Amino acid sequence: MTDSSGPSEPSRHTGPRGDGRASALSDIRLWFAPERLREEGSTPDYRFSLANERTFLAWLRTAMALVGGGFAVDQFLPGTGRPLRIALALILLAAGALCALRAISHWVRCERAMRRGEDLPTSRFPIALGLAVGVVALLMVIVAAFGWGG
Amino acid sequence: MPEGNGTDGSRTRDRDPGLQPERTRLAWRRTTLACAVAASLAGRQTLHSGIDSVSLVVLALVVLAWLAFLALAHRRIRAMHAPRPPALSPRAAAAAVACTVALAALGAATLR
Repeated sequence: MTDSSGPSEPSRHTGPRGDGRASALSDIRLWFAPERLREEGSTPDYRFSLANERTFLAWLRTAMALVGGGFAVDQFLPGTGRPLRIALALILLAAGALCALRAISHWVRCERAMRRGEDLPTSRFPIALGLAVGVVALLMVIVAAFGWGG
Repeated sequence: MPEGNGTDGSRTRDRDPGLQPERTRLAWRRTTLACAVAASLAGRQTLHSGIDSVSLVVLALVVLAWLAFLALAHRRIRAMHAPRPPALSPRAAAAAVACTVALAALGAATLR
């Protein structure tokens, strides 16, 4: 399925993209410059963009769940020692913020890949997040089972 | 035809059989709900240590972050009424992310 909504225009490849710090910075600039994103390539089928948007929203919900979990740890584990409770809450809050920032970065990169007709970017983030949530969950089980008042 | 109302021919013809706009609209609603849950927990957090001027200011900022997200979602949901909705603008996406990060930061600031 190619361009179906905008004027069909040959996709302009700007050459192989250098992976690394420079591209990460240019990604961040894209967040605030919609016109620059629209300059690249051609407009993909609107259904692809909407699917990308829903994926972004799903990651945003994951981020909000992590943030909510951070508050829940602080509010609903009152018997836990303060340093441990604060540490767990901060880990979850930071993971939530990181997840939200990564959500938009991934969304921008997917949107641009679709405009340029490139492969979608791959990422190790889901694995890392899964492992981190697993570790925190294990810690909380240990805290809840043995660490009351500790 | 569930959505064909007879009067709007172009809309019926362009209707997406995969209901993509509708699914996207519901995704925004779900996310607004998730944001409401996170914001209520953040609000509970600010009032946890008693009511003083600082906690009231933080509470107001939490409510503001949620209202901002609600407004963003509402705008986007209205854009979904078009037969071929335009893509989400990076600015709106960045604002939605900013609301989430703001909730996390406000909550972290009120941890005791």
